[in-house]
Order: sequence, then structure tokens, then C-alpha cells
Amino acid sequence: MKAMTYRGPYKIRVDRKPDPVIAHPNDAIVRVELASICGSDLHLYHGMMPDTRIGHTFGHEFIGRVEEVGSSVQNLKPGDRVMVPFNIYCGSCFFCARGLYSNCHNVNANATAIGGIYGYSHSTGGFDGGQAELVRVPFADVGPQVIPDDIASEDALLLTDAFSTGYFGSQLADIVEGDTVVVLGAGPVGLAAARSCWLMGAGRVIVVDHLDYRLEKARAFAFAETVHFGQVDDIVLTLKKMTDGLGADSVIDAVGAEADGHVVQHVTAAKLKLQGGSPIALNWAIDAVRKGGTISVMGAYGPLFSAVKVGDAMNKGLTIRANQAPVKRQWPRLLEHIRAGHIAPRELITHRFDLDDIAEGYHVFSSKLDGIVKPVITFGA
Amino acid sequence: MPYTADKPGHTPDPDDLRRRIPGWGADLDPADRPAFPREQPGIDTGAHWRVPEQQPHGAGRERSLEHERLTPVFGTAQPLHGLSGLIRRVAYTRYSEGQTPHWMLLILGDRVESAGAHVRSLFSRRPDDPVTQSGVFGERGRHPIASRFGRGRVDVKHAWLDPVLVVGPWVAAAVVVFRIARAAAVPASRR
Repeated sequence: MKAMTYRGPYKIRVDRKPDPVIAHPNDAIVRVELASICGSDLHLYHGMMPDTRIGHTFGHEFIGRVEEVGSSVQNLKPGDRVMVPFNIYCGSCFFCARGLYSNCHNVNANATAIGGIYGYSHSTGGFDGGQAELVRVPFADVGPQVIPDDIASEDALLLTDAFSTGYFGSQLADIVEGDTVVVLGAGPVGLAAARSCWLMGAGRVIVVDHLDYRLEKARAFAFAETVHFGQVDDIVLTLKKMTDGLGADSVIDAVGAEADGHVVQHVTAAKLKLQGGSPIALNWAIDAVRKGGTISVMGAYGPLFSAVKVGDAMNKGLTIRANQAPVKRQWPRLLEHIRAGHIAPRELITHRFDLDDIAEGYHVFSSKLDGIVKPVITFGA
Repeated sequence: MPYTADKPGHTPDPDDLRRRIPGWGADLDPADRPAFPREQPGIDTGAHWRVPEQQPHGAGRERSLEHERLTPVFGTAQPLHGLSGLIRRVAYTRYSEGQTPHWMLLILGDRVESAGAHVRSLFSRRPDDPVTQSGVFGERGRHPIASRFGRGRVDVKHAWLDPVLVVGPWVAAAVVVFRIARAAAVPASRR
């Protein structure tokens, strides 16, 4: 099969690899029809995630058709079109039994601090991902779901991570009616979170970024007020003034490890790998939220330490809520929202690249060229 | 403005928000929020086992010290190999996830493997090509100048580092190879 493969930081290519095989009785093999590049894939692409091995295939957002199933699979059959959550999980361990699918204890041999994720290094289990023609899907009776006939393929694709994660992030923000919510980052997850804040009853949603075209998208897609942090002297003070000195009730960090806004922090984290991630967005969140407020962390960070302002968080009495999204828990309600016309996740998609051109897709996405928000990978005509 | 018990600023009108924004308030009731409460025992996950069957062929597979056993399912992509494999195995067998050397060794293993893979590729039928693999040709037709400049992007301050990170190791390796070759071919007295 053809698959995207990692060749070292900033370098990928398409290789011919052996087809994946059923390695466990509850595996399925899925032929990928659509995949996408996630902002967190860029952390791998930039060499930030420990134990990212040469030859690894990235991709944790994909949909496709079941090609083959293992001997114990009961809920899927070859030919089914499925959406696959980015979490790999068993459905039966202590954590899965409580709905914490992203924290499954039975799938990631390499670490206990994080569950299993497709195509996201060996630190999340060493499973090749979906930016390939075929992918091994463990626990096929648990994770994948047949795509309902009335749901567009690109909507289903966006539910496998980006939109579900944004929706989950807005829930972790503990929003009550009329709250002011600041969303840091206007990438796909930030935009989805901003849009979802309204579903929770927010009174104001303010999106912060330094990419003007994404702020424009935040206004059009997420009905948000926007702030370009490169055009203000002090982003925290600006947000305080916008909230009458109080600070926002909640702040959602939808940026993560490669946050910009402070060159030293960015370079020590993203370029020199001396921190698990650049803590700029998280520190802005701590400073910009009101006392007693809530911070929802959706941005992905590496496992090393970061220079986070814990003292301010403690002194302000903040609640910090974080997790990788347990994606499948979000689906029933998100499908209702799509059917009701409340959301159309596919509106986030701006670019399409064929698998053969995936290196260009990563470069354009990483460099934020051409107004890119969400790139999708297609698989031939 | 005096500090009082009231929330400052104007209170948004729910009817206006409902009119303006599709679905406003649809999940106001926490009961409609799938992530509330955070832990929800009893969801039917589709699992029809209490303990999953063990995936075979796990002998020698590295695992975190914090796992008491190899997980029932594990990834089979890119098994450990070579010097980078030795480094990574030390990380897994000597240090728990809570210890910094665990992660630093894994990052070191990444860099060692990356360098080795590049060198090996030079002797393969498909050597690494840092130009096409960087995807830089994606710049064509995608407004590389207008996308970057004059728009207040703050990342332009460090973006110049990216090509250095991509090409730099190749240039450094070429210099080292050249010097070694010259040292081998030309006697010191003639250099």
C-alpha cells in the first residue's frame, strides 16, 4: 500500500509499505477514503514528540471502508463505511468503563500517561495511522461507527477529532448562561470550540490568534469577536479591558505545544525541544481568566515539563480541566447538532491534497500559506 | 469603576443570541452535554469481554515500566532496531515516565535514528531528498510572500530557523565528510 512516512523532522514522503494485517482477533483493516492533517500532527512533523520513529505513518483523523475483520469482531463487517475516533481504546478497562476512552490502559504499551492514538508516535502506542491507503483498527467493536447515511463524509471526517475535540473543550470550560469565553487559537479545534461555546449558552466568545485570515474565519464561522495578538501591546491587558477588568469566565487553550507570542519560549520548546511545549498560550490563559475561573486545555503538549505559571493559577483559585477528547462520547449529540443545522463541521475544510502530494500539504499547513485552515487528504480519483 | 458584587458590562440578551446564532443554548442544560459528568460508568462501549484477548507475538516488545504487563493490544509499527533501539530500550527499561531521562533518551533515540536513516538512504535505491520531502514545492501558487508578510504574523520572527533545521544537518554532514575525505586523500604536509 501507499502511505505517508516520516523521514525525520520536517521531512516526509510517500512510501510503499506492506499492507497491515489482523494482529488481534478484534482488529479490522480499513481502506481509507478520506483523512486529514491535524494541527497536532505538526508537532510530530517538527520532531517534538518523543519516540517518533523513522517510517512511522501519521494520521489520526480518517474515515473509510472496512476491508477485513478479525475473528471476534461482531459489530462491523467488510464493506461498512466507518468513522474512526482518534482514540484507540479497549472499552473495558477501569478508565474506559467510566467513559474516559482517551485514557485507556490496555492499548498503549509504551506509556501510561496517555492512551492509544493512531499514527502519533510510539509514545501513544506505536500504531501506524490513517494517512495511508489501509490502516489497522484495533478493537473494531468499540471505536469505529458506521457513518449514518444522512451525514456527509467530510462532516464525519471532522468528527473523528477536530470538531469533537473543540466541542469537548467547550464543555470542559464549564460554561453557564451569559459567560464570556476566550478561545486562544483559531485553528480547526479553536474554531470548533468557539462555535460550540454558543451551544453551551455563552454570552460572549472572543477568539485570539495572529493569523488575520483565521480571525476572519472566527468571525464568519464562529460568530466571535476577535483579537490579533500581534497588533496589541499586551494581550492579557487587552482581554482584561474587554471584560471590564474582571477577566474571562473561562479560557480555552486551543494552541498547544508550538504557541507563538514569545520568541524565547517558542524557540526553546518548538525548535530546541527543551520544554514539552511552549507554555505561552497556557500562561496567557492563566493571566486572562478571572479569579475562580476555568481553563480548558485542548492544546496538545509533549510529555516533558513546560514553564507554566502555576503560582498565578493557584493564587487566582483557578480550575484547570484537560484531557484528550473521548471522541465517541461526543458523537450522538454532535450528530443531532448537525442534523438540526446547528453546525456544519465540513465548513472548516479549506484545502485538499492527494496522498501523493502530502509533503506539500504538511508544508503549506505548517507554514500557514494560502489561507489554510484544515487540509484534507484524498486518495486518487 | 467601583468593584461591586455585580458582573460589570452589559448582559447579553438570550433572545438576540438565539436569533443570531444557530443552536445557541441547545446544550445549556449540563444533562445535554456528553462530557458531563466527566466520568460516566455504565456506557455500553461495545466491548464483549471483561479482559481483552492478548495480542500474540509480544515477546521482546518494549513497554513502560509503569505497566505491570504488556498491554493486551500493542502497536507493531517500527520495532526497535540498531543503536537508536538500544537507546530507546534503555529509556524504557531504566526509567519510568516520571523521570526526565526517560523522555530525553527517547528524543536522543529519535535524532540518532534520523541521522542513521538518512545515511542509509544514500546507499539505497531511493535516497532521502530534503527538498521534495520538505514539501517546499507546495509554495508554488500558494502566495508564499503575501501569506507571510504584511499581515502581522508573529512567527516570521523565527520562521528563518526552519530551513536551517532542515538543511543544516545535511550541510554539516557534508562538511564533515569532505574534511574526512580530504584528510584521507591529502597528506597533512600538503594541506
